[in-house]
Amino acid sequence: MAEQILLRAEGVRKSFGALEVLKGIDLEVRQGQVVSLIGASGSGKTTFLRCVNMLEEHDAGDILLDGEPIGYRMDGSRRRRLSEAKVSAQRARIGMVFQSFNLFPHLTAEENVMLGLTKVLGKSKAEAREIAGHWLGKVGLEARRGHYPYQLSGGQQQRVAIARAVAMDPRLLLFDEVTSALDPELVAEVLGVMKALAESGMTMLVVSHEMLFVRDVSHHVVFMDEGKVAQSGAPSEVFDRPDSERLQKFLGRFHGIFSGGG
Amino acid sequence: MIDYHFDWTVITRNADKFVAALGLGLGLAVVSLAIGCVIGLAAAYARVSGNKWLSTPVWAYVEVIRCTPLLLLIFFVYFGLPEFGIYVLDKTQSFILTLSLYAGAYMSEVFRAGLASIPKQYVEAAKAIGLRPWQRQRWVVLPVMFRITLPSVGNNLISLFKDTSLAAAIAIPELTFTARQINANTFRVMEVWLAASGMYLATAYLMAMGLRLLERRYASIR
Repeated sequence: MAEQILLRAEGVRKSFGALEVLKGIDLEVRQGQVVSLIGASGSGKTTFLRCVNMLEEHDAGDILLDGEPIGYRMDGSRRRRLSEAKVSAQRARIGMVFQSFNLFPHLTAEENVMLGLTKVLGKSKAEAREIAGHWLGKVGLEARRGHYPYQLSGGQQQRVAIARAVAMDPRLLLFDEVTSALDPELVAEVLGVMKALAESGMTMLVVSHEMLFVRDVSHHVVFMDEGKVAQSGAPSEVFDRPDSERLQKFLGRFHGIFSGGG
Repeated sequence: MIDYHFDWTVITRNADKFVAALGLGLGLAVVSLAIGCVIGLAAAYARVSGNKWLSTPVWAYVEVIRCTPLLLLIFFVYFGLPEFGIYVLDKTQSFILTLSLYAGAYMSEVFRAGLASIPKQYVEAAKAIGLRPWQRQRWVVLPVMFRITLPSVGNNLISLFKDTSLAAAIAIPELTFTARQINANTFRVMEVWLAASGMYLATAYLMAMGLRLLERRYASIR
């Protein structure tokens, strides 16, 4: 693959108190790729994702976006945390979609998408409204632009949340188990939007338990186990030739959804 | 009582005074609530700041105000401050200062609870789109908090409106003071106090109704 490396993680470590959740994560995401993180709960997938946009701060190692360290700068040989304003500017280049949608409850669908455009990117109201309309259209919700979150179904809220993230024109989109809180019949509409985004060339880092989706859409799959990358590679490799018992056991839980292997 | 003959003309003759007095009471309550909200918000942020040099004095302020009778505070500010050489306030300003400090103490508790009740996911979503710290407060935390605390703020407004009757103690011509004066001039005890009570009741009730409409309008937050 010739595409340039957009995100590179090297030896990322993170502890919560005495519990070490990330024990040295190495990972690469190239421009236009979809990389999926899979693994049991507690394996550190979500924590790693949250470190990428500084919702958690990693203790050691580097996370580089376009070669620029996330969250700190080097002062000689010392790491210095960036100011909140600088961290905010870095976050603006990384979109994130959450498990529980997290739409702003006091704003309509359209206003949810517009907030970052006007306040962070400094766009005019009119321009922001146009962009919001465009992306709400893309996720099939243009007719709901004036609705408040509580007037929308979970699937619709999550599609608004995707529109809110992607409207910022981020370099990278993070998806944190975005279908886990949805009723089963609403999962497909959200996955459909994500697949369309992936096909449009958006760079995505995805934590998901939707194995069919992961296998179908990902360029690269990373299996995490107890805070480490246990295996990574093309979906066919990871799903069809799991090289560890742990991965075989993990995939075995999804047995039956894969027609052949797994 | 049996021989009491109601003469309501005392009310109609003095209608302009009653209306002006009611307006003054409402104004005192609204202004004090507005100032109290500003004080309360600052105090609430000080309390949650985690800085004890900020939070301890604010805690003391809140407890002193909450545990002292309002009438005493009114007297202290109006009669006490000049003893310390502070003569700058007339009685209305002095009353507004007292009621604002009083409202501020209560509002700080309301806002503190409001801030604490905002799910952290909203703040994370605000971070994720790149909003800076004060922008997160301005565009996400505060609007959500005001909607959550709206019923409490409204109840405080109604309470403050009734508390303005204590301004009579320092001869501010609000409704209670005015009623007492008209009473003293006409001896129409029943009419005057019934009229004043009715006006308090009707006004407070209308405020409660208006509040309910506002709450329904902002029902977007459970």
